[in-house]
Amino acid sequence: MPADERLIHPVWLRITHWLNAIAVILLVTSGWRIYNATQFMGFGIPRSMTLGGWLAGALQWHFAAMWLLVANGLLYLLINVFSGRLRRQFFPISPREVLHDIGAALKGQLSHEDLRHYNSVQRLAYVFIIVDSILLVLSGLVLWKSVQFPHLRELLGGYEGARRIHFFAMAAMCAFFILHVVMVALVPRTLIAMLRGR
Amino acid sequence: MSGPKIVMPGEGAAMLADAIGRIEQPSRRAFLKRSLTLGGLTLLTGCATDDQDSIEAALAQISRFNDRIQALIFDPTLLAPTYPESMITDPFPFNAYYSEDEVREIDGDAWRLELSGMLADRRPWTLEQLHALPQQSQVTRHICVEGWSAIGKWGGVPFSHFLRLVGADLTAKYVGFKCGDDYFTSIDMATALHSQTIMALTYNGEPLPPQYGFPMKLRMPTKLGYKNPKHIQAIFVTNTYPGGYWEDQGYNWFGGS
Repeated sequence: MPADERLIHPVWLRITHWLNAIAVILLVTSGWRIYNATQFMGFGIPRSMTLGGWLAGALQWHFAAMWLLVANGLLYLLINVFSGRLRRQFFPISPREVLHDIGAALKGQLSHEDLRHYNSVQRLAYVFIIVDSILLVLSGLVLWKSVQFPHLRELLGGYEGARRIHFFAMAAMCAFFILHVVMVALVPRTLIAMLRGR
Repeated sequence: MSGPKIVMPGEGAAMLADAIGRIEQPSRRAFLKRSLTLGGLTLLTGCATDDQDSIEAALAQISRFNDRIQALIFDPTLLAPTYPESMITDPFPFNAYYSEDEVREIDGDAWRLELSGMLADRRPWTLEQLHALPQQSQVTRHICVEGWSAIGKWGGVPFSHFLRLVGADLTAKYVGFKCGDDYFTSIDMATALHSQTIMALTYNGEPLPPQYGFPMKLRMPTKLGYKNPKHIQAIFVTNTYPGGYWEDQGYNWFGGS
């Protein structure tokens, strides 16, 4: 069997995955510091968990890391779409199979035999986080440039609407992150695969 | 039994003295900024202190890059949304680099608007003369860099009209402002000429109250709050980057929305 046959994640996927992880950590932790300036949801994030020190520092990190997220994210999506991987790996997603796989996962019976094949829950979670990331970028664009993108602004409920969407999309991303890391801890082979490719 | 012993290496005492000295300095914020950014960084990457300055320099460079991108994105014909008066935020929040009880009281009769730099007519203006110019009012959203926003109603002289009237060089890069509360900032010429950029003399149809910047503030719904200077005393047109109070400390210069 040729070595390439056993490849689980191609090198471009591993690189974009880890660059994305860096961008997300920088954006979320600096974003928490920016959020702390108003704490409009009624609670604050502990300072030690935030990046940037003060508001201006956090904003500098946030508006630097956004370029990494967007450039890397576009590269990831373009390669996925044009290589056919997006369709092959993530679709179809059937609600019945998702329910079945969630049940199997809870009973500890979900198979991770072949890491190249995503089960239905994985497909749903990964497509969800792609859509959530796009929503974060679009709502972020409205927060940054609300006057310059009038259609997008109105679509997202104005500046204040986009501000809430940005917050909840961030919260959803954090929930995904926790679930993702827990699953990796349960099936450590997946971490090796994302580092070594096989 | 002796208590736990604190071991001080050679440099420890000096570092501690230095730290205490810096806390006592008025630039306490800069100290906090530095130490806490470091905390966040070591958490993420384990970077050493030496890298701190180069990281800050890189972030400042990207902020300058973002200035250029924002200038490119800025469409001078696009208008900020306007709102019905029923949506005005009441009370409109006060915000400055000082607290509300430190608001400067400026004598409107003695006040003169001074002009300098690349403009033909540098004669100072009285408040009365400014009121005699064409006025325009707007109900727009003020967006603060902190994230909150509030809707208010401002009235005053379209800034593009004023700049043309005094023969400002409209090809210059920057318009700078010096204020009665020791604040200062500067904007790009494209935003200065935007049709919603006004020299606001009124708030809610009344002369600007002191906390909103009497006798005059520059109101730009296309820029964040800190770019809208209050208590303006001098306006200058220049090609030399003038910076600003917050901008010099790390806030993005273009600050546009």
